[in-house]
Amino acid sequence: MKFVHYLKNIANVDIYALTAFGIFAAVFVFAVIYVFKVDKKSLQEISRMPLD
Amino acid sequence: MQVEKFYYDNKIVKAFSYAAVLFGIVGMLAGLLVAIQFYYPAATFNFAPTTFGRIRPLHTNAVIFAFVGNYMFAGVYYSLQRLCKARLWSDKLSWIHFWGWQAIIAAAAITLLLGYTTGKEYAELEWPIDIAITLVWVVFGINMFGTILTRRESHLYVAIWFYIATWVTVAMLHIVNSFEMPVSLFKSYSWYAGVQDALVQWWYGHNAVAFFLTTPILGIMYYFLPKAANRPVYSYRLSIIHFWALIFLYIWAGPHHLLYTALPDWAQSLGSVFSVMLIFPSWGGMLNGLFTLRGAWDKVREEPVLKFFVVAVTCYGMSTLEGPLLSIKSINAISHFTDWTIAHVHIGAMGWNGFMAFGLFYFLVPKMWNTNLYSKKLATNHFWLGTIGIVIYAIPMYWAGFTQAQMWKTFTEEGTLKFQFLETVTHIIPMYVTRSIGGLLYLVGVFMMVYNLGKTITQGSFTANEAAEAAPLPKNATHHREYWHRWIERKPLAMLVFSLVLVAIGGILELVPTFLVKSNIPTISSVKPYTPLELHGRDIYIREGCYTCHSQMVRPFRDEVARYGEYSKAGEFVYDHPFQWGSKRTGPDLAREGVGRNKKSDAWHYNHMMDPRLMSPGSIMPPYPWLLDDPIDTASTGAKIRALQAMGVPYPEGFDQKANKDLMLQATSIRLGLKGEKIETPADREIIALIAYLQRLGKDITAAPRQTTAMK
Repeated sequence: MKFVHYLKNIANVDIYALTAFGIFAAVFVFAVIYVFKVDKKSLQEISRMPLD
Repeated sequence: MQVEKFYYDNKIVKAFSYAAVLFGIVGMLAGLLVAIQFYYPAATFNFAPTTFGRIRPLHTNAVIFAFVGNYMFAGVYYSLQRLCKARLWSDKLSWIHFWGWQAIIAAAAITLLLGYTTGKEYAELEWPIDIAITLVWVVFGINMFGTILTRRESHLYVAIWFYIATWVTVAMLHIVNSFEMPVSLFKSYSWYAGVQDALVQWWYGHNAVAFFLTTPILGIMYYFLPKAANRPVYSYRLSIIHFWALIFLYIWAGPHHLLYTALPDWAQSLGSVFSVMLIFPSWGGMLNGLFTLRGAWDKVREEPVLKFFVVAVTCYGMSTLEGPLLSIKSINAISHFTDWTIAHVHIGAMGWNGFMAFGLFYFLVPKMWNTNLYSKKLATNHFWLGTIGIVIYAIPMYWAGFTQAQMWKTFTEEGTLKFQFLETVTHIIPMYVTRSIGGLLYLVGVFMMVYNLGKTITQGSFTANEAAEAAPLPKNATHHREYWHRWIERKPLAMLVFSLVLVAIGGILELVPTFLVKSNIPTISSVKPYTPLELHGRDIYIREGCYTCHSQMVRPFRDEVARYGEYSKAGEFVYDHPFQWGSKRTGPDLAREGVGRNKKSDAWHYNHMMDPRLMSPGSIMPPYPWLLDDPIDTASTGAKIRALQAMGVPYPEGFDQKANKDLMLQATSIRLGLKGEKIETPADREIIALIAYLQRLGKDITAAPRQTTAMK
């Protein structure tokens, strides 16, 4: 009955967690670039949609 | 361009709103009943369907899926039509969706009260209902996407993004978590076992909060808050970042429900880190909502709708600050399994979800009935009563949570535990009383709303089909325009795909490693499948909802090891379909119930089930007298064994045929033991099976040859 950290048996388990951060960073950076590149007028127009 | 005339369907919005109010009241009444049962156990009425273990799932399912579900559909269908400038795609699908969902709710209420449950929190419904949910959800999706694709507005407002993400993620979560092996029409076993089942369940459970109770309601906030304040959202840019950051971070946060458990450490850390990061998009969303009211705070003083929205959004902020804090391991060590979690959940449920609903109803009813609200004063009183109700509910629960954790962890100078578990329960009874008063006030507020809205409805006249006009999207454009236009038209589907890809990646990366280790989980040679009698006992344990009050997870803390015994290991749960780790300790942990200092005699269990206060004076556990009379359902033994065999539980070939013989042998030995204690009972009663199961708990691991845990 050996309760070692059995995840050691999977090679490079860290990769899963690191990938998560990588993807999040990519999505976040993409979203930020996107919102600052989008035409401000069009954003204003869209933000008024519930009111029209 | 020719303007087209069309009509918004208000009738379906009305139907979903009525259903939401009705089931909101039912769900809250169930909540009040279970709250009273904490200090007045006789409120279980000695009747199986009204015991805590069955009413509590009814309460959670009713408020989540019936109350929030119905008002979510009302809000989505109302805003979607207006944002798309189109009637809902198909009236027929709208009504199939409506009646399908109500039928599911009715089936859920009946089956939960009868004790048909999978034993997985917020996913308790049995497999036929799971299939029905999938079908109705698909109908909802087709109707929503049909409307989006036939819209007269080129842009997709951010609220619709939230609706799309909700639809796709809930579909994925529900399907993955509901994999189960049917035994009969209303009994199944989770496909997953132990650690894997726990991870899938809390990946689902947390994201049920995220994608059922949060994202659709955020969509509703982004539409109705600007509408009620008559000004656009503070920052549309922020709303886009809020959306993408939120859906991506949420999907990873589930393991924070399993900190310090036998879940692999890396998954726990991942859950913690992503949960802490969630503060940022959540607060971005909260601030975006509150800042929308910049320069319009005078309206909040006048307008009950805005009052409700402001407190709702504030509660969203409080809840989403507290959630990440609770995901930090050192804080979780205090809060987990205590009433702190209950307080946290109810800030979200009563504050965020409830107040968003009330704001929505106060907005929708005068609009759809072409009149003014019957009484703003009454609505304001509802607002104050509700707010005070939340405070009176939450503060005692925070207090109770801290007190429990402190008492559980206190040692005497001699190094022994200072308090018996029961003392930690009886000590906080006054908090439970106060909490139920808070809940009652909140519910009285809801009745005031029903009266107010009823009066509004009588004085108004309902517009079932609201006329609207809009130009269709241009069809004959230039090549460039056509390309642009077609791209926009595809955008909702692209959004669906992007959202699915993001959440699916999150899900896969989080779940897969734990599944890969299946073959690597240290098979503790002494851990054996349950005997047929124990299996029946376990199913009774699940049926009675014992997991709603008792955990089976000893965390590696000094006090828990001292109180319960050796801490729980992943390898112990390989045959647990479903896992029964629990999430709250109103009663003590049972993982080591059958061994060591916690072991009680069979007679003790027999009497305890008949009336817990006979054996533990002051206990708040309900009695289970029917277990003493009802026979074990031995007709299902073979099917149960076969279902488990199909999922890899190593019963010998042909064991299903011999299982009942084995069962009777074990039952008879327990019966004879009880007879020795002057308790006469037939061997085939449910109590015998439950005793067998409780006496089994923890036995495997102590039977193993002792070795020091290698911590490298």
